[in-house]
Amino acid sequence: MALITRRSALIGAGVGGGLLLSGCSDITRIDKLTGSRSFQRVLAHAEDWTRASQRFLQGGGSMAREFSAADISPHFKANGTLQPGGDDYAQHAEEGFANWRLQIDGQVARPLSLSIDELRRLPARTQITRHDCVEGWSAIGQWTGVQLGLLLKAAGVAPAAKYAVFHCADNLLGEPAKGGVQSPGQYYESIGLVDAHHPQTLIAYAMNGRPLEVAHGAPLRLRIERQLGYKQAKYVQRIELTDSLAGIAGGRGGFWEDRGYEWYAGI
Amino acid sequence: MSISMLDDGVEQPLKAREVIKRHSLPVRLTHWVNAAAIFVLVGSGLNIFNAHPQLYWGNAGDEYDRPWLAIHAQHTAHGTRGVTSLGPLHFDTTGVLGASRWHGQDIAHAWPAWITLPSFQDLADARHWHFFFAWLLVANGALYLLWSLGSRHLQRDITPTLADLKAIPRSVLDHLKLKHPTGEAAKRYNVLQRLAYLGLIVLVTGMVCTGLTMSPGINAIAPWMLDLFGGRQSARSLHFVFASLIVLFIIVHLVEVVLAGPINEVRSMITGRYVVPKEH
Repeated sequence: MALITRRSALIGAGVGGGLLLSGCSDITRIDKLTGSRSFQRVLAHAEDWTRASQRFLQGGGSMAREFSAADISPHFKANGTLQPGGDDYAQHAEEGFANWRLQIDGQVARPLSLSIDELRRLPARTQITRHDCVEGWSAIGQWTGVQLGLLLKAAGVAPAAKYAVFHCADNLLGEPAKGGVQSPGQYYESIGLVDAHHPQTLIAYAMNGRPLEVAHGAPLRLRIERQLGYKQAKYVQRIELTDSLAGIAGGRGGFWEDRGYEWYAGI
Repeated sequence: MSISMLDDGVEQPLKAREVIKRHSLPVRLTHWVNAAAIFVLVGSGLNIFNAHPQLYWGNAGDEYDRPWLAIHAQHTAHGTRGVTSLGPLHFDTTGVLGASRWHGQDIAHAWPAWITLPSFQDLADARHWHFFFAWLLVANGALYLLWSLGSRHLQRDITPTLADLKAIPRSVLDHLKLKHPTGEAAKRYNVLQRLAYLGLIVLVTGMVCTGLTMSPGINAIAPWMLDLFGGRQSARSLHFVFASLIVLFIIVHLVEVVLAGPINEVRSMITGRYVVPKEH
């Protein structure tokens, strides 16, 4: 058919115009659907599929890529809390964190309390890895610290325990979301024991060869290299081993998880 | 409604029309699931883009690095302006990119609210939509490819033949003249269609692979994907470029549907029945 009939052009314009006109009410409908709890539960299945398939494909110990010193980002963006408030933290910072203690407790045989100096005397691991923020940016840094698995072995994790929960010293504001701003709260995070025992999972005390800066989580932060930035808890004070996340803060395993983000942040 | 009423040509008696079954059920089903998934993925993808509206090449890139694409709001003496930067070039895109109005309010989003899903800025919600429909896209695409290979639809109907390739110049000319095939020629995909559909398969595969390359979990499983795409930030950039090409495909696809006779074309993708345009 060589010519476009006037009829087909009219029909085309009609269909196109109809789609455009229906657009506005559809946007409101999609926004409402996004807010619906039952629909959120449907979408949440994707996190289970992602976690299960990545766990299956990762097998035992697939490692995050490690980079060379030349790849280290000259400026590494600090995100989240840049300066924890409160007199306690200010006091610790003034003392050079000499009196900071890392508690490991909960479902363990031998609760531990370690100073930064004690951690520094333990076997260290240094790795140059990429940090991926959920927002989309990446930066490469060098991290030095103690493998979390080593600390957990020393504490003796109870067979019932399933999660390591990281309690942090910072109180963080939420972000703009759903047309408002989310509630502030004490930062915390949690990971499963597979990741806790992974060789690249560190309680890091140094970045790029220097003690951690305050903006990057001084004196201790978590590095869990196969997940996104919000899992890398800063200002870590206490690691609690538990079999359930239900009783902690919002019950979803982390500050951002309580505000809608996935607990499994491997994507 | 009779077929003669649905056809967009000159009214003719029913017995004169040749009706064929054009699209098989698997093609029709996977076409519409694919269309819905891509609609959601583009909208939620732009919402995710808005959380960090800058694109880089290489492994890393954050606010200290030089992006090749950035969409920002700038506060000037003349109010908030939207600025889109492509390398060293800066464009004032106020009203659409960087700064736009929504429900009477000025908002400083890279992509405007009317195109993102959800319309309000919410990275967590956008990610939930995105990953659910990404799984749907992958499952649907895998079913389509398996069926297309097994039934030889891909080899027979979509892969261009040598004769097809030789006819590219003529087909380009026909398309430019908005001349659509009739009779026997209308029963098969023409060469530009074949190349466009093959291209779409490649692009969607590229979307999935660059998407996976942004996942730190997948990076540990398949680090070679980082090398294939030149690093995580390059993968993020390519994800955006491929998505733009898919949107371009959709625009051309819809224009062609309208030009070729929208009712006959859309019906053939719903019921499978297609009235073969008569030769003149």
